[in-house]
Amino acid sequence: MPQLEKRFEVEPRNFVRAGEASLRVQRTLRDIGFGEHIIRRASVCAYEAEMNIVMYGGKGEIVLTVDPDEIILQINDDGPGIEDIEAALQEGFSTASAEYREMGFGAGMGLPNIKRNADFLDIRSGRNKGVRLKIVFHSKGKQQ
Amino acid sequence: MKAEVLVGKEKLNSFVVTGTASDLMSDMLRGPTSGSVLLTGLNNIQVIRTSVISGVTAVVLVRNKKPTEEMISHAAEHDLPLLSTPYTMYSACGRLYREGLRGVEKTQSRAQGTNKG
Repeated sequence: MPQLEKRFEVEPRNFVRAGEASLRVQRTLRDIGFGEHIIRRASVCAYEAEMNIVMYGGKGEIVLTVDPDEIILQINDDGPGIEDIEAALQEGFSTASAEYREMGFGAGMGLPNIKRNADFLDIRSGRNKGVRLKIVFHSKGKQQ
Repeated sequence: MKAEVLVGKEKLNSFVVTGTASDLMSDMLRGPTSGSVLLTGLNNIQVIRTSVISGVTAVVLVRNKKPTEEMISHAAEHDLPLLSTPYTMYSACGRLYREGLRGVEKTQSRAQGTNKG
């Protein structure tokens, strides 16, 4: 049984709210009492994935699960999906519009940065199949 | 810095040793930026959210850019000091560097030398 499971909705193309789900993830982890370093890693992953949904995805959600030894983020959307996952994992690969770049995003660093911060990353996607991310952080001994 | 403090006047005596300057939020998220002052020319709500997520200590908008009410209330809600300076990015960085505020490179080499944790 998980200690805790929380679900946060993410709305595509809503830039006014973009990032709010990840801030809730951050607050939840802080309330539980995790150390700042693991909170930053998990929050950054959630935020990168949330911005991807807002910019490219369909209706989505972030499911945060906190087990005794792990923090798990399952981030899903039903958008157009990623055709070439290997390419999307290369730094600098981006399909972002000029508009997104002007907002400070779309540099092709999102998925590589998630991979860098996570202890485990699984990506399931394909054309018109949405994106399913499972991101795991080993948290044993990292509560304050 | 001749800066106007829009949020966080009570935190003006906080001790900070590193600074970072970027208009690219993707770079901010790549870190390390925790505990740093961010100087940026980007003036939108994502600057505030990205700063909170990445653990930035304070945000300084350069070239006299004024944040929206939404940015101010969001920064206040997250206890994030928000300032606006008339200096350009280059001059603002130079002034802070002269006063002893250093870059995050040392933090970066330290972070790369240790395991995730």
